[in-house]
Amino acid sequence: MVRYLSAALLVASLFWLAGCGSSGVSFNGKDITGLMPDLEFSLKGEGGETVTQARYQGEAVVLFFGYTHCPDFCPTTLTALAQALNKLSDQEREQIRVLFVSVDPERDTPELLAKYTAYFSPRVDGLTGDQETLRELTKRYRTTYSYGEPNESGAYLVNHGLAMYGFDRHGKVRLFMRNDQPVDQIAEDLRALVSIQ
Amino acid sequence: MLHTLYGALTPYIFSPITVLLFLLAVTAYLVGWRRLAARGRPPSAWRSLSFFLGVLLCYLVMHTQFDYYSRYMFFVHRGQHLVLHHLGAFLIALANPLPVLAACAGDRHFPRLAAVLRPVRRVLFDPVVATVLFVGLIFFWLSPSIHFDAMLSLRLYELMNWSMLVDGVIFWLVILDPRDPDRAHTSRFGVRFLMLVAALFPQILLGAYITFADAGLYDVYAICGRAFAIDAATDQVLGGLLTWIPPAMMTIVGALVVLRLYLRYDSEKGG
Repeated sequence: MVRYLSAALLVASLFWLAGCGSSGVSFNGKDITGLMPDLEFSLKGEGGETVTQARYQGEAVVLFFGYTHCPDFCPTTLTALAQALNKLSDQEREQIRVLFVSVDPERDTPELLAKYTAYFSPRVDGLTGDQETLRELTKRYRTTYSYGEPNESGAYLVNHGLAMYGFDRHGKVRLFMRNDQPVDQIAEDLRALVSIQ
Repeated sequence: MLHTLYGALTPYIFSPITVLLFLLAVTAYLVGWRRLAARGRPPSAWRSLSFFLGVLLCYLVMHTQFDYYSRYMFFVHRGQHLVLHHLGAFLIALANPLPVLAACAGDRHFPRLAAVLRPVRRVLFDPVVATVLFVGLIFFWLSPSIHFDAMLSLRLYELMNWSMLVDGVIFWLVILDPRDPDRAHTSRFGVRFLMLVAALFPQILLGAYITFADAGLYDVYAICGRAFAIDAATDQVLGGLLTWIPPAMMTIVGALVVLRLYLRYDSEKGG
């Protein structure tokens, strides 16, 4: 009997270990407090300058990986984010920044990124970096990307992660949203993210 | 060529604990082997080979670029667990490593170590517990929401892989123990057959379920990006088949080893 109890205890402790922290607010997306590392990067901004997480200290950040030639997921996700931002009050919106990190630095120059992100919202910043930096950053957030074969005109698709990662104003990782989360629910989650002090 | 090999062998995410545990296992085995050899009774060459092959396979799937593909492709992940829980663990257990590791502990420390570990051993090596844990862990880590978390968290991911390896080795140690159950008080061969059968059917059911379920059961791979372009349905079908067929085959191999052990002791007693 004792040995079965001990085994049950072992399984129970696994369940306990599998659990993670909580941010104290409720999200429609997934609360990933403690599951991933905090916001930290050194990338190239829309003016070609070096940008680190320090620039966004005090703002809640939503991180998203993609590329400007993306035919489907990137424009729809950025549109959804822009619509969700529009549902917030001016004051709330001012405290949120969306970081669109391009994993296609070959084609996505800072100028192109600036033009692309401006189309969606002034709260969206485009960033990119060299392959080594991008590999490190995607690894940090447990995602990856790969390139498809170029067609005869040299265009190629990029396979990339579809998740949006939310960080609170101190850069602590909090929220994981799938690309298909409805706009209303994204807006609610952005509001919750901002509310974390 | 060398450069490519070096690249392929470089761990995707360096894990000090993994390196440490593998080094510890290999060193302990080598020390034990030398002590046994000094006494004129080293383990047979094929058993040593089985041990090192098992350890090498497990290391390769855990701590090279293979690990990168395991994190971003469901079917490669299933291949990784096939090695950790079945093939690699099977080879390690087939090597009958416990006497060698006991020799490493030495005559002075071994009795004390054995006494400390006895309660743990009594629980984990119990046939029912070993079988429930063996099947339970497969189901546990494949529950979609837990699988999702494990793929996002480095800590959980390591826990998942190590728990599969350690549990696999324990299960196969119970099944493949070469000693005579009458004298060593290990599980009887009939019990071991039942363990294999009890472990077989849930794995077949789960493998078949994953194979035939709608695509998107493990959508963490879609959300985090796949290592190369393959559609979600193909990835899941391949992963389901890897959960279903090779483990079933390993069960048969395990049953054959048990049968051989049974026949050996039976003929000894009969003769």
